[in-house]
Formats: sequence, structure tokens, C-alpha cells
Amino acid sequence: MKTCLVVDDSKVIRKVARHILETLNFSVSEAGDGREALDSCMASAPDVILLDWNMPVMSGMDFLRALRDSNVASRPKVVFCTTENGMGHIRAAIEAGADEYVMKPFDRETLESKLQIVGLA
Amino acid sequence: MLTPTAPRRGAINVFAALLEQRTGQQIAANREWLVETALKPLMRARGLASLDALVAALVGGAEPALAEQVVDALLNQETSFFRDAGVLDMVADAVKSISDESAISRRPRIWSAACSTGQEPLSLAMALDERQVRAEIIATDVSEAALVRARAGRFSQFEIQRGLPVRRMVSWFESDGGDWVASPDLVRRIQFRRLNLVGDPLPFGRFDVILCRNVLLYLSPSLRRTVLDRLALSLRPGGLLVLGAGETVIGQTEAFRPSARWRGLYEPSLAHPIPLGRLAR
Ligand SMILES: C[S@@+](CC[C@H](N)C(=O)[O-])C[C@H]1O[C@@H](n2cnc3c(N)ncnc32)[C@H](O)[C@@H]1O
Repeated sequence: MKTCLVVDDSKVIRKVARHILETLNFSVSEAGDGREALDSCMASAPDVILLDWNMPVMSGMDFLRALRDSNVASRPKVVFCTTENGMGHIRAAIEAGADEYVMKPFDRETLESKLQIVGLA
Repeated sequence: MLTPTAPRRGAINVFAALLEQRTGQQIAANREWLVETALKPLMRARGLASLDALVAALVGGAEPALAEQVVDALLNQETSFFRDAGVLDMVADAVKSISDESAISRRPRIWSAACSTGQEPLSLAMALDERQVRAEIIATDVSEAALVRARAGRFSQFEIQRGLPVRRMVSWFESDGGDWVASPDLVRRIQFRRLNLVGDPLPFGRFDVILCRNVLLYLSPSLRRTVLDRLALSLRPGGLLVLGAGETVIGQTEAFRPSARWRGLYEPSLAHPIPLGRLAR
């Protein structure tokens, strides 16, 4: 089973994402901020990370840079999933090593389509 | 699900007949219930309270544009960028090899024959640009409303996120008040025109690739065959036909055979000349 780590400080978003991902046959784990997510990846790296931008403790961007600098063995795909929908943010995310970008609000089809693009659905 | 009561049934039959007469599209029995939903916005805009009132307005004939609006509303225009992952990239590879192998230098000619709101030809134009291939792309649809949207190249946040990789999005689109607008340079590579596959003369000249995806599905088998046979005549020898993921020519016509080289694509079969009688419409 493919694995996905959902990183978002909103419990509701995590719940919605989990629900959609489970119908797409993912095994889902959750983290409430970048720090937690990094710990989780060190313990065991998922296939893909769905990543919010603005979070307390450690933002999505800081997490992504730390992840790409870290020695996490496999290279999980990173899909940003955020309300930051401006071109500047999107370009910065790509530059920092994001594989895909989901602009909130999202639905099942959007998520499925983006996971397909990164080769996971 | 509710079964339509007698008067609604009558109305639905009128709309179904109008749609088929204008476009060849038949409404599958399990989609009939969608008719009312599809026509609701039109009814509301005109202050018509029921399907029967809409029929009366249609039959009254005071407004020729109304019939076209009804047909537009009933057409299934579902589409997305790079629909069916991988297919359009393969088509772009095929176009590139046609262009590389052609003895005289000329632009490959491509026809997107039911382009809806433009995602299909725009995807192809992006994929060809990445391969440094300049092609002539003609994109047609029976729906003028769809073509107006296609020419504008403007997509909602939901539409832009269906099938389009983010790198391609930032290369070719600008955000504008919540929508995403294709670069004029990309849109300019495509000629959008109105064309009804059922009955209109086909575009002049022959094509290297024809995409006719997800449109013949709901045509009657005999009409589907007629259209396919006409498309075969519009392809150069060695040209390719691209159908939708669930579609095939097998059992429909002998005018095409599967391409040996490009999986899932079809080429005109020279062995089976098309009886002329069948082409007349
Ligand atoms: C489901 S969409 C498919 C769009 C695109 N080819 C794709 O595969 O995503 C079908 C399109 O066919 C158009 N169409 C239906 N009947 C047609 C006809 N007789 N001639 C030309 N276009 C037609 C509709 O207006 C609609 O835009």
C-alpha cells in the first residue's frame, strides 16, 4: 500500500484529506506542523507528503528545505496543498523542490489528478 | 431515482430529438434524468417554470437562438488537460517523428475534432513546444459557447488543476482574479473553428493526426461509422487517429486499423477502400 503523510495544522483539512486518500488506497499518517512531519519522516519516509504552507512551529517551506537537506533515504514526493495561490509562492515551492502543487480548496478529482501526475495514483 | 411523469417525459423526448438532430448525440437512458438539471440555468434565466414551458418557447420558434442554447446545455463537454495520462505525450512524440521523418520540410497538421473548451489542443500545443515541434493545429467543436471559452483560454482553479502539471502551468498560464489564463502565444498556435462532425464539410486538406476523443461514444453505430469513414479520408497515408481511452474502431469500420508503432492509436487501412455510397450524407 502507498503511504501518504498529511501535514496541516487544521484538523478538519487533515480529516478531509485522509478520507479522500483512503478511498484512493493510501495508508495515511498525519502531522500538525513541519517539526512533527520531519520527525515522522526520519522514523519512516512516506511515498508522498501533502504539505500545507502556513503552520506554527515549522512552516511547510522550512520543512521542505530541511527534508531535502536531510538524509531521509528515499525521496518522498512533495505536493504542496495550500491557500497560497499566487504565482510567486508556486514558483518558490517548485524551486525548493516541491513536485506538485494543489491550490485549496481542493476536491477529490484535483487530489487524484495531482497524485497521478507524481506517479502515485 | 424518480421516473419522469408523462408530461416531463414528453418534454425530455423533444429535447433529446433536438440534440440528436443537431449533433447526432443520443442521450443514454440512464442519463435522461440529467436533462432537467442541465436545462435549469437556461429555464431560470428565461423565467420559465417547467420543462414544458421551455418546450413551448422552443416550438413557438420566436427565438432561433434558444434551440442552440438548449443543445449547448445538453452537450457533454467534460474534458481536462492531458486527459488520460500519457496519451497526449505519446501523440506529441508521434507528431515529432512524423515531422522528423518527412522528406520535405513542412509543418505537421493536427486536427482536434471535438475540442470542447480547449484543454485538448492546448495540452498538445504545450507538449509539442517542449519537443520543439511547430505544427498547424486546427481545433473544432459543434458548440460555439465552448469555442468562445476555448479562444479566451481562461480556466477556473478547478479546471487548471485537472491533469495539468504545475510546471507546465507556471510556464504557460498567468493567474488573473482567481482564474488562470493561457499565454496568448500558446492560444495563437491553435485555430479554433466551429464544425459539426455530423454533416458539415470537413476542414480542407489532409492531416497527420486527428484527435476525435470522447465524442463518438453516444452517436448511433451507423452515424459513428459514417464519421469514422470520413475521418479516414482526411488523414494522410500513415496519419494517425486518436480516440478516447474507452473507444475503439474495432467492429465499427474497416477504414482504420490499429497502428503497429503507436499503441492505442489507429491508422487508415489501405486494404479496405471505403465504399463511396457510404460516404454520402
Ligand atoms: C466530452 S467532450 C470531449 C472533449 C475532448 N475531446 C476530450 O476528450 O476531453 C465532447 C465534445 O464534443 C462536442 N460534440 C458533440 N457532438 C458533436 C458534433 N456532432 N460535432 C462536433 N463536436 C461535437 C461537444 O460539444 C463536446 O465539446
